[in-house]
Amino acid sequence: MKVVLTESAFFGVMVSLIAYGIGLQVKKKFKIAVFNPLLVSIVLVMVALSVCHVEYDVYYEGAKYLSYLLTPATVCLAIPLYEQVEMLKGNWKAIVLGICTGVVTSLASVLAFCVLFGLGHEEYATLLPKSITTAIGMGVSEELGGYVTITVAVIIITGVLGNMIAELVCKLFRIEEPIAKGIAIGSSSHAIGTVKAMEMGELEGAMSSLSIAVAGLLTVAGASIFATFL
Amino acid sequence: MKYIKQFGIILTISFIGELCNQMIPLPVPASIYGLVILFAGLLLGWVKLDSVKETGKFLIEIMPLMFIPAAVGLLESWGVLQPIFVPVITITLLTTILVMVAAGRVTQFVIRMEGRAGKKASGSGKKGGRARKDPGVEKEGTKEMDGERGGCE
Repeated sequence: MKVVLTESAFFGVMVSLIAYGIGLQVKKKFKIAVFNPLLVSIVLVMVALSVCHVEYDVYYEGAKYLSYLLTPATVCLAIPLYEQVEMLKGNWKAIVLGICTGVVTSLASVLAFCVLFGLGHEEYATLLPKSITTAIGMGVSEELGGYVTITVAVIIITGVLGNMIAELVCKLFRIEEPIAKGIAIGSSSHAIGTVKAMEMGELEGAMSSLSIAVAGLLTVAGASIFATFL
Repeated sequence: MKYIKQFGIILTISFIGELCNQMIPLPVPASIYGLVILFAGLLLGWVKLDSVKETGKFLIEIMPLMFIPAAVGLLESWGVLQPIFVPVITITLLTTILVMVAAGRVTQFVIRMEGRAGKKASGSGKKGGRARKDPGVEKEGTKEMDGERGGCE
């Protein structure tokens, strides 16, 4: 059995797909934020791997092809953005201000909490890029002397949390404009959050995609300044 | 044929993104270069929307799946994460909420302010004119933001 799994190129992808399918069904049945399809599928795959004693490397042998598609898929986020370009032009001030606020709030709140919890510079540098897309965040963390592995973990956790709480937060804080929702989600929880924004609507998705790129680049500059504060 | 062409264009742009990432000494990943290149290409008319649309939408639709492998990989980094798990999760959750609220409220505030200004000038209602207006919520938005900024800095 194990040999079959080790040599299979499809096992990892299949398990991920089935888990996500179950996640979607669970979401349909129980409309609670905890039953987020992404979270459910991640937990299911984790459980499946440990129950069947399959090592992560064996799973990743197949699942890496899913990760491989991440770059082209991110490139394609330009498509909804292009389709909404009129809304972008008409509201550019609000969009730019919103994303800048998001970036500064992210850096400043990480600083505040690190001081509060008494964390050192390494932990601080590890957490600074938490709200931006993994590929940029890893570079920032490395540059500033953080622990890159933990940064990756925190970025993913941020994304999944953002994906889960986005609807609730928008409702509670009465963020009602589709553009504002998209900017909020994209600048707080990058591409994984954008998945939720896409579900909400095309405009939300487009604005969230834009925020990934803009917030990511602004954070590169902002984090190098903020890194000197602790 | 349509899908071959579309997938070909998307992968070519991804490849150009990779080249940029390797040649330009900036911490910008290939995917972000690619996103900017495709967006610029569409705006300038070098790439037609019809020649990337279906495949692009397909890739975006299956995008959530692409995060599963990396997230399952958290199992592997549990060792390093465990000792600082509680503060890290707390900080992550709170900052994510803060950023979401701050970015969302500021964007919404400016949209509605511009929308109202546009309505007043009624003739030049082009900018942000499509946004919905709700003057009642605006004031609270500013107050909230001021409070947050004060708290963070």
